[in-house]
Amino acid sequence: MDMHYRPEDLAFQAEVRQFIQANLPADLADKVRRGLHLDKEDFVFWQKKLNEQGWFAPHWPVALGGVEWNPTQHYLFQNEQVEGCCPPVIPFGVRMVAPVIFTYGSEEQKQRFLPDILDSTAWWCQGYSEPGSGSDLASLQTKAVRDGDDYIVNGTKTWTTLAQYADWIFCLVRTSTEGKPQEGISFLLIDMNSPGIDVTPIITIDGSHEVNSVFFTDVRVPAENLIGQENQGWTYAKFLLLFERSNSLTGSLKQQLHRLRGVARQELTGGAPLCADPAFAARLADYEVQLRSYEFLELRTLGNSRPGAEASYLKIIGTDLQQLASELTLQAVAYYGNPHISDALVHGYNEPSVGPDYAAPAAPQYFNYRKTAIYAGSNEIQRNILSKAVLGM
Amino acid sequence: MDFSLSEEQQLLKDSVQRFVREEYELESRRKLVATDIGYSEDNWAKMAELGWLALPLPEEYGGIGGGAVDTMVLMEEFGRGLVVEPYMSSVIIGGGFLMAGGSEKHKTELLPKLGAGELKLAFGYAERQSRFDLNDVECKAEKSGDGYILNGHKGVVFHAATADKIIVSARTSGGSRDADGITLFLVDNNCNGLSRRDYPTVDGLRASELELDGVAVGADAVLGAVGGGAALMEEVVGQAIAAICAESVGCMDVLQETTNEYLKTRVQFGVPLSKFQVLQHRMVDMFMECEQARSMCYMVTLKIGDEDPVERAKAVSAAKVQIGNSGRYVGQQSVQLHGGMGMTDELHVGHYFKRLTMIDTMFGNKDHHLKRYADL
Amino acid sequence: MDLAFSNDDLAFRDEVHTFVKAHLPADIAESVRRGRPIAKADIQRWQLILYNRGWAAPGWPVEFGGTGWNATQRYIFDEVMAEFDTPETIPFGLLMVGPLIYTFGTDAQKERFLPKILNGKEWWCQGYSEPGSGSDLASLQTKAVLTGDHYLVNGTKTWNSSAHIADWTFCLVRTSSEGKQQEGISFLLIDMNTPGIEPKPIISIDGAHHLNMTYYTDVKVPVANRIGEENKGWTYAKFLLGHERNSITEVGLSKQRVRRLKSIAEEERTGGKTLLDEPDFAGKLADAEIALTTLEYLSLRFLAEEAAGRPIGAEASMLKIRGTEIRQQLTELTIEALGYYAAPFEMEQMSDRWNEPSIGPDYAAAQMPQYLFSRAATIYGGSNEIQRNIIAKMVLGL
Ligand SMILES: Cc1cc2nc3c(=O)[nH]c(=O)nc-3n(C[C@H](O)[C@H](O)[C@H](O)COP(=O)(O)OP(=O)(O)OC[C@H]3O[C@@H](n4cnc5c(N)ncnc54)[C@H](O)[C@@H]3O)c2cc1C
Ligand SMILES: Cc1cc2nc3c(=O)[nH]c(=O)nc-3n(C[C@H](O)[C@H](O)[C@H](O)COP(=O)(O)OP(=O)(O)OC[C@H]3O[C@@H](n4cnc5c(N)ncnc54)[C@H](O)[C@@H]3O)c2cc1C
Ligand SMILES: Cc1cc2nc3c(=O)[nH]c(=O)nc-3n(C[C@H](O)[C@H](O)[C@H](O)COP(=O)(O)OP(=O)(O)OC[C@H]3O[C@@H](n4cnc5c(N)ncnc54)[C@H](O)[C@@H]3O)c2cc1C
Repeated sequence: MDMHYRPEDLAFQAEVRQFIQANLPADLADKVRRGLHLDKEDFVFWQKKLNEQGWFAPHWPVALGGVEWNPTQHYLFQNEQVEGCCPPVIPFGVRMVAPVIFTYGSEEQKQRFLPDILDSTAWWCQGYSEPGSGSDLASLQTKAVRDGDDYIVNGTKTWTTLAQYADWIFCLVRTSTEGKPQEGISFLLIDMNSPGIDVTPIITIDGSHEVNSVFFTDVRVPAENLIGQENQGWTYAKFLLLFERSNSLTGSLKQQLHRLRGVARQELTGGAPLCADPAFAARLADYEVQLRSYEFLELRTLGNSRPGAEASYLKIIGTDLQQLASELTLQAVAYYGNPHISDALVHGYNEPSVGPDYAAPAAPQYFNYRKTAIYAGSNEIQRNILSKAVLGM
Repeated sequence: MDFSLSEEQQLLKDSVQRFVREEYELESRRKLVATDIGYSEDNWAKMAELGWLALPLPEEYGGIGGGAVDTMVLMEEFGRGLVVEPYMSSVIIGGGFLMAGGSEKHKTELLPKLGAGELKLAFGYAERQSRFDLNDVECKAEKSGDGYILNGHKGVVFHAATADKIIVSARTSGGSRDADGITLFLVDNNCNGLSRRDYPTVDGLRASELELDGVAVGADAVLGAVGGGAALMEEVVGQAIAAICAESVGCMDVLQETTNEYLKTRVQFGVPLSKFQVLQHRMVDMFMECEQARSMCYMVTLKIGDEDPVERAKAVSAAKVQIGNSGRYVGQQSVQLHGGMGMTDELHVGHYFKRLTMIDTMFGNKDHHLKRYADL
Repeated sequence: MDLAFSNDDLAFRDEVHTFVKAHLPADIAESVRRGRPIAKADIQRWQLILYNRGWAAPGWPVEFGGTGWNATQRYIFDEVMAEFDTPETIPFGLLMVGPLIYTFGTDAQKERFLPKILNGKEWWCQGYSEPGSGSDLASLQTKAVLTGDHYLVNGTKTWNSSAHIADWTFCLVRTSSEGKQQEGISFLLIDMNTPGIEPKPIISIDGAHHLNMTYYTDVKVPVANRIGEENKGWTYAKFLLGHERNSITEVGLSKQRVRRLKSIAEEERTGGKTLLDEPDFAGKLADAEIALTTLEYLSLRFLAEEAAGRPIGAEASMLKIRGTEIRQQLTELTIEALGYYAAPFEMEQMSDRWNEPSIGPDYAAAQMPQYLFSRAATIYGGSNEIQRNIIAKMVLGL
């Protein structure tokens, strides 16, 4: 056991820091710091920068564009990104579909899709959930019927994050109704420009447009876009879920805490800063202690290249903490959580803010973060998984 | 000891329920919220007609002379409908100040108009530095001839834009957080020196930032004793808290019922979600929170008239703490148990959740009232 | 709606107050204050005092020796009892089997048993649970076979509180294994001195002997000691569980605890001031007090329903859940208040015959055992999980 970073890790950390300082424009960092809305261009700009440096897909095999970092370096890299207020990497391409493609895809598929993912010319989204199939994903009904060289796809996907920007969608579709529901699912890559695809926004309770319904009507998908074998899609999907979940949250939690501390220093109560108020200070301290214990939990699982059940408890605890930080921030701004000026979250909003400038995102973020316990396998489902897989119940 | 409603109260409940049913479909509410003023003048007129605006006002000034229980009945149903008309600001708080601190002239001139829907009021008390302390007042009122000149800022003043007069707390003497030396003034909304920035709130209401820059008022603008505003605020805000507790109970009940229904109809893994024991127990906990909130709502309603100020203050803070806890739990879990649907603007669940969240902040959140209770 | 007490109510309150003040023995009050276990003889002494005043059984109808008080009076009585350091009522006779006997028993049973429950001469214990039948009580296996004018009982009961000092036990026994398991259970009253009954101690985590495993070997029980009909025992047991659930609310006891906890927090010091003045602790205390006030008003709402003659449904399970959770919250907070002095553990210190100076403050010794034993509250009387199942099914229709 040794919890110190080695000198080469520290040198690496310094290098990442330097890179961020040299390449991240101040106004973009400021947008991230203040929790304002980010545009597609913002994400793409930063992803391209990372790619120029060869750091956009560090967990890919080196031959395909990955880098040979040890687990600590991966960890430090992710955390430095967050610390430096870099726009988050949109996971659907680089973290989700790409590993499926380079693990199960054909040579042609690798050549066709991976380069566009690497240089962020193709934006991907995830087409799993359906109105009738959420936690019970395997019950999905969107049908793909083979017709010559094509599949014809009909059905509805929902909650599709950022589909409004997407060029491609990776979909789970039903190709057979025989046997167990899991055994009739295939994994298709679909061009969002195909005729018959219709994207309609779903506005969430915080007023933002993050998710969509995607309707498929007689959409023709070349059979060459099938990953692996027909009816084996569930295997690839489960493989992907592992990647989805193996993301470190410590960095972003620390950023939330950092922001919260800043707010608590500036808010006043009884003439003194809120952070000196015993009750609030105790809440902050409590949060910090929980965050530390989460961080060490994460560190302990570093290096398990295939996180199994750990990923479930990290998801539960991590998202609890995300929600708690957003709740404390909302409490900290008190009455100034009330004003709702949607433009205030857009960069370049020139009116003076209502109340302090850090107040506007507090309520929307609190409302929006309720999602974290629902998506990517709800926290109830994660507990079911733990009780089954770890506790043997 | 009796927790049942009288016949008149039951009738009142029925008629508010009918109003909510007819006027407050989620879609209608959405339209109201999107209008310029953020609510409906027609609804306001209807409320006047039905006597609701006059409900808590004394009979000698054209009121109905209703008590705290009547207000509770009404507010609970308003909570069920997520009603956006400025009842709380204008009738409960505005009317409360006039009754508790108004001169005979104020009462005879203003109360009948208030009850008839011809006058609206708002209350500006919060300031940037004040957080939840009603006595943390930096806005200044300086004597000038017979009257006063007001300078300062008031933040998040609910329904200020549509109010005819705004009740403003200002310091006539003492240091920034002294209880003594605060005076309440009735300020005309369109007077010189008053500027407003209006905006919607996250829970679908309206509020404003006020700047008072040399606002001149006469001596007759003073409500209650000069320098004696703190006690007056404590009394009226106590009543407002009792009322908002009832509103919150209405919101929670809707969420609890809706979520229960949803669990029974949403099928995953081939069974209704209601078959999963974790969700059943979660639902039971939500139900218990609702019932506990209701109990404390009754408690504060029945004690808000208590003669002992400590007893009254304890009742108010205890109820606000419980409502904060319950509202948070019921709101968050309703979203969670609805899954992705709970996150949508389209479903009413999110709107109730947002209202409950902001109710916790109103007049001091759980932490504030816990501390106040401990200090009493 | 109103909360106001009538003048009669207020006069009644004074009467109870004056009486308790004058008659509560100082030594008993002192033991209660310190949280010590109260000896059987002391509980009997106090019950006899109440009995002589006619107040032994506030909830019973007058014809059976109760007070006939209305809901408000019973509330006031409990309130006043909580203002003093009165010992808690032992439920088995007065709150459990007593009401069962006057509701379902024969005249002979009423005459035989009720007077001695009232005056505390006879102690009862409850014989429901078995090693294999806890939450799933209806699966119980202790057999009673009818032979002539008596039953022959064989089996094992467990977790029997006070069985080692009890004179009688009320037992659920299996008299038939046909049909649904609930339909073959009978309700027997059994003299603990009958040959073949053998209670063995179970020491609980607080180090004390409250509980027993009771073995029954060919125990003869006269048929006359059966309550109601054969194989209908489950109905009576459920009636009684309802009673138990309501009495477990313990608002009065928790109020006593809050009062004691406050006085402890006034004594304990931290950073040069009292714990009561320490914001974090004061906040936790306020939180618990508010939870208790909430429970009180919740239970008043049930009382008012009852007083208005409306039946109380499974919602009452809430009272059990919240009552026991709050009890645990308070015992835990008390431990927290004591700091290091929660740790010393000498059973002898808990006796009222202990004459040595106490280790640390005199109120400290009994608190850890109380905390530990309070963990049982969410298990017994229908565990809180089971109560949630009941609400989910009966109230929410899930
Ligand atoms: C903001 C957001 C973004 C999303 N992005 C995407 C995306 O890009 N692509 C995509 O495909 N999907 C996406 N989702 C969908 C997400 O994965 C689903 O919402 C999730 O799987 C839950 O499904 P559901 O919403 O149908 O809820 P349901 O499955 O109906 O669940 C409702 C409630 O019941 C609980 N529950 C269900 N089953 C059980 C059980 N067996 N035991 C105990 N409790 C249970 C759940 O935990 C939840 O609390 C997104 C969702 C949100 C909110
Ligand atoms: C966009 C998206 C992202 C997701 N991300 C993740 C993720 O990161 N990790 C993850 O694990 N899941 C994730 N999920 C959830 C995933 O879809 C499945 O819920 C999960 O993988 C288990 O699926 P399964 O069909 O193998 O069900 P099972 O493993 O059979 O069961 C799933 C749960 O439901 C219960 N259950 C199943 N059948 C029944 C029944 N008949 N009666 C009662 N209970 C039953 C089980 O106890 C278990 O808790 C995600 C879903 C979506 C849509
Ligand atoms: C201090 C003490 C005093 C007692 N006194 C008496 C007495 O005087 N006479 C008497 O007859 N009995 C007495 N009992 C026994 C008591 O009634 C039982 O302990 C109780 O019924 C639980 O049964 P069990 O201990 O067998 O636990 P189990 O039934 O084995 O339960 C273990 C755990 O599983 C949970 N569980 C069980 N079933 C379910 C379900 N369907 N859904 C969800 N969760 C479930 C329970 O809530 C509990 O947490 C006493 C117990 C204690 C601790």
